[in-house]
Amino acid sequence: MTFKHSIQTAYKGLEANRSRSLLTILGIVIGVAAIILVMSLGEGAQNLILGQIQGMGSKTIIVVPGREPKGPADAAQVLSDSLKERDLDALKRKENVPTLKTIMPLVFGGDSSSHENETYRLTIFGATPLIETIFDLPVEQGSYFTEEDVRGRTSVVVIGTKVKKELFGDSEALGEKIKIKGRSFRIVGILPEKGQVSFFNFDEAAIVPYTTAQDYIFGIKYFHRIIVESEDEGTIARTVDDITATIRETHDITIADKDDFFVETQADLASRLSTITSILTAFLAAVAAISLVVGGIGIMNIMLVSVTERTKEIGLRKALGATYSDILTQFLLEAVMLTGIGGIVGILTGASLAFIISLVLTNVLALSWSFSFPVSAAILGLGVSGLIGLVFGIYPARTAAKKSPIEALRHE
Amino acid sequence: MPLIEVKELTKVYDDGVVKTPVLHGVSFSIEKGEFVAIMGPSGSGKSTLLHLLGFLDDYTDGSYNFSGQDAKSYTGDEVAHIRNKKLGFIFQSFNLLSHATVLENVRLPLLYSNIPESEWDTLALKAIDSVGLSHRTSFDSAQLSGGERQRVAIARALVCSPEVIFADEPTGNLDSKSGGAVIEILQKLNEELGHTIILITHETYTAEHAKRIIRIKDGLIESDTQVSSPHHTNGGILIK
Ligand SMILES: Nc1ncnc2c1ncn2[C@@H]1O[C@H](COP(=O)(O)OP(=O)(O)O)[C@@H](O)[C@H]1O
Ligand SMILES: [Mg+2]
Repeated sequence: MTFKHSIQTAYKGLEANRSRSLLTILGIVIGVAAIILVMSLGEGAQNLILGQIQGMGSKTIIVVPGREPKGPADAAQVLSDSLKERDLDALKRKENVPTLKTIMPLVFGGDSSSHENETYRLTIFGATPLIETIFDLPVEQGSYFTEEDVRGRTSVVVIGTKVKKELFGDSEALGEKIKIKGRSFRIVGILPEKGQVSFFNFDEAAIVPYTTAQDYIFGIKYFHRIIVESEDEGTIARTVDDITATIRETHDITIADKDDFFVETQADLASRLSTITSILTAFLAAVAAISLVVGGIGIMNIMLVSVTERTKEIGLRKALGATYSDILTQFLLEAVMLTGIGGIVGILTGASLAFIISLVLTNVLALSWSFSFPVSAAILGLGVSGLIGLVFGIYPARTAAKKSPIEALRHE
Repeated sequence: MPLIEVKELTKVYDDGVVKTPVLHGVSFSIEKGEFVAIMGPSGSGKSTLLHLLGFLDDYTDGSYNFSGQDAKSYTGDEVAHIRNKKLGFIFQSFNLLSHATVLENVRLPLLYSNIPESEWDTLALKAIDSVGLSHRTSFDSAQLSGGERQRVAIARALVCSPEVIFADEPTGNLDSKSGGAVIEILQKLNEELGHTIILITHETYTAEHAKRIIRIKDGLIESDTQVSSPHHTNGGILIK
């Protein structure tokens, strides 16, 4: 039989058994679509989490007050007031940390703000103008406050878009005043819409000089973080060592166990998060594997039943002169067509669903989610369901084709 | 050289649990151009014998020479070729592809032949015409009456111009008028076109359209006689 006629025969075979063909395709579609969907969402979640880290440069080092939490029972906040102005001064000295490029203290907390009759609960960051480069946060209107403002404890503020919208609606906000803790702050800059950056949502934030925040808003003399940028990635380890040594010296600490601060690098954070994301990925892969097995069993059943039911047809074809390989080719091609169609529809369905979900996540939940197409999952899904389709499409056909035509024809 | 020659042919069905001996050693030969009727009571082994002769099943013991060659010496593909090109089989239960038209059913053996595709439709239409079904060519086989289905099966058996046509009680499921038409076609194929015909029937009148009658009983040949003057139906009906 020519290949052209093999294809025609296979196609007619599928058409003659239309409902079973559709069921098989459906089984494959569900298996493949489930895997694509699950893996695409998994990749999206990973990218979302990793994107958070990348919001801050890889050369960033964060000094955190308190003892480094080693387990859930540790009271990490016990020594939370340990980082003070003198630590900042010591770190700034070139001879202490020669590889330090920039340094910025950070204080933060929630408080309410008001303008005329509108009030809004925002997150207040006390920082220096360096926050612009460290968090990659340029202003959209106006400008940042200056080092001068930091020294003079000026009451000026840069606000996020959400703050602006809630307090001012569509009217002009730049140059206007908002009240925080009973004190008037003049708006000098407005941030563009940014979404989540490094787990902070700057859309809901107000940035003020850290001195102002310490004295007039939080009433504290310490910092919540000190953020340092190393000269380049190669000097991170050295910078961390110098920072640790410098602060220990200022705090008169001789044994590491007594440290009342700890130093985190973006690399630490990334590795900690990658543990989380790899657990997530393993979990999703397990879910995907289960859906593939379930889909596979479905395909297996339908294929076994539908091909076995056609034993009589196989007997007839043999009686009319079909060779063993004619029969095998026909059922192989039928299985290839079924799994091919099912696989393509499955990929399209899974990818479309994942895409729709990514649209919902970005537009409705305002996550910086990006749709990704998991090529490996597509190959895996296609491969496994295709293989199952082929094996269970051909195996019963092979058994039937080996029988004598009469034996096959007698099959009901 | 006889076209078909069997010696001490036996068949034992064996489903792995029970062995059912059906043919206990039959011997005969059939020359090219003969029209043989095989008769015998139900269960005597007629169909079994026809399946063995038609390469549709394997015999247990004895020998079967087809065209002078031992049947066991043919390879799988050669057997497929013989079934396709040299033998035509008409089953009592028609065995048409359901979801296919008359034309598609008759074309089916051509698909497995080495006849070029350009001739398929001509050959199929000619075969359909010879059984008087030209007006049903594009009908689905499920839309046909029993007699028409059996005629489609005959057309399918004819389409590759086989040397031998086997017919297993082709009139068994038909009324006497349709049955008469089927026998008339077979007789014409034998007398006018020289096909060898081997027909199973349990009706003496039908059998007497053949030139020779082999009677089987309990898996053995009971008698083998020539018919002095075969009946001719000529559009008439089979009288039972
Ligand atoms: N596949 C089979 N397995 C076991 N016994 C069978 C099988 N096919 C037929 N038989 C038995 O062989 C005997 C002859 O059957 P068959 O050749 O169909 O008889 P006939 O066509 O003369 O009525 C019957 O007893 C039948 O039950
Ligand atoms: Mg019978």
